Amino acid sequence: MAEKRAIELLEAKIQELRELNKMEEIDMSSEIARLAEKLEALKIDTYSNLSDWERVKIARHPERPYALDYIDKIFTDFYELHGDRLIGDDRALLVGLAQLQGKPVVLLAQQKGRSTEENKQRYFGMPRPQGYRKAKRIMALAERFSFPLISLIDTPGAYPGLEAEEFNIGGAIANNLLAMAKLPTPTIAVIIGEGGSGGALAVGVADRVLMLENATYSVISPEGASAILWKDKGKTRQAAQALNLTAEHLLKLGVVDEVIPEPLGGAHKDPQKTVASLKEVLIRHFAEVCNTPLEELLSARYKRYRSFGCYRTLSDR
Amino acid sequence: MAIFKEKHYLRVKLDKETDESLWMQCKSCGELVFKRRVRENNNICPYCGEYFFLTAKERIESLIDEGSFTDISKPIMAADPLLFQDTKPYPQRIEEAQQKTGLADAIIIGNAAISGIVVVVGVMDFRFIGGSMGSVMGEQICHGMEEAIRNHYPFILVSSSGGARIQEGILSLMQMAKTSVVRARLAEQRLPFISVMTYPTTAGVQASIASLGDVIIAEKGAMIGFAGRRVIKGTIAEELPPNYQTDSFALEHGSIDRVANREYLREELSNVLRFFVRQ
Repeated sequence: MAEKRAIELLEAKIQELRELNKMEEIDMSSEIARLAEKLEALKIDTYSNLSDWERVKIARHPERPYALDYIDKIFTDFYELHGDRLIGDDRALLVGLAQLQGKPVVLLAQQKGRSTEENKQRYFGMPRPQGYRKAKRIMALAERFSFPLISLIDTPGAYPGLEAEEFNIGGAIANNLLAMAKLPTPTIAVIIGEGGSGGALAVGVADRVLMLENATYSVISPEGASAILWKDKGKTRQAAQALNLTAEHLLKLGVVDEVIPEPLGGAHKDPQKTVASLKEVLIRHFAEVCNTPLEELLSARYKRYRSFGCYRTLSDR
Repeated sequence: MAIFKEKHYLRVKLDKETDESLWMQCKSCGELVFKRRVRENNNICPYCGEYFFLTAKERIESLIDEGSFTDISKPIMAADPLLFQDTKPYPQRIEEAQQKTGLADAIIIGNAAISGIVVVVGVMDFRFIGGSMGSVMGEQICHGMEEAIRNHYPFILVSSSGGARIQEGILSLMQMAKTSVVRARLAEQRLPFISVMTYPTTAGVQASIASLGDVIIAEKGAMIGFAGRRVIKGTIAEELPPNYQTDSFALEHGSIDRVANREYLREELSNVLRFFVRQ
């Protein structure tokens, strides 16, 4: 992308001038200010007109903040719990207890790895059945102690592999949907990166669904749709567009309740600012759901999910 | 409000579909067989026992007491909420599928009796865009479960689906959650839900409503699973066993309760229903 290159060049130039400014006697500040203004304009121009495919790439950006980056900054005393009590632990879907605003909550967090080594452990953020069953176990704990449940979603999808099929990954996902449908405690899901199909939804049925501006949430990846519908691996751009997978679209479709703004260019450009925005929105919704009678929450949750869909009524034929 | 609300339901005629040719060749054994004979044999090859696809109507006929079926599907059809276009516009795909199948979408919901036990039954039709679950199928399944709750009937769902309907994007994904929340209500009412998995029950359908049966019965020869062989081979390069995602694989690994041959599926259903319904 030529614009990105231009932004990088300008950023480098400004940095260079700033350093010069420090060392030399000459005052460069007006020149710096002029360039900074130009840079800001160029950034707005470039990043506010992102195509859906470009957003997919931002959602997958290797420097994008991951779940643990948010947990460290927003929650206190994160106390991770391990294992599904059946076959193992899953490092792509973490669960645990934490405090938010001085209240204990149950956390579900899909976590990608930074390094190749870490990604191997975390299966590139693709949870296996043991992850979903661990999540279900912790939902039962949330119910028992009336802890609100917060899940951070960031996965390309559930892990597609032989072992996952042997352990019935589809059944594990289905049972989480059922459990979250009736979980008698306030629930909030936040899509922070990739919302990969059933693998995301399996921890995403909630009273509030929030989404970062450049996160995506889709029934299938653009690559998958491209291969299946166009029978051509190269149509990912069109597929991304057609799938309506951005936060803006999902807000319109009623799937998402609020979009959390990101810094220009994406969350990774200013993680601190992103964390602050997410925290502000999360805390607001958290207070709301915690102050709503449970009966009301459950009835609203039912209505919300019961009403999803768009169809035409046929005149009698 | 009137005491008896008049209902308008789509009526599906259960008469045999007309075929152009009288003979067909079995893909499995290569024998040339008389089509009527195949149909009378539950679409099973009389020579080698190979199962051919059943349309939704054929499936209904093969499972229920003769003449007991009333179509209670909601009179709805797919809209095009995303204005989706791949190699074809979505409305065109819908229209072609409707013409091919004579159905409004990929599922029929009805009241029927199985060995005298009245049930609500939903049956998918794979010919309709791969039996995919979009807004219409999700709504029909919920409607079926709600009818079951209203009348205190058991609910039976016969799946034959490749998964969620991509052309409705996230709204298709939401049908997985939608059917699950209504399924929870069916459970609260303590009404049995028997899920029948046939070829194929995969992806979004297997990962939601089809796996939530109180009892899950697979038809012999079913394909059951989440991620297809191609997806796994493409991304993971794992060696897969020959029975991968078959009925026997699912049974062996504990994903389903039982496997039944097609000709015994009706008996299987009536046997299991008897535990839940006192006549």
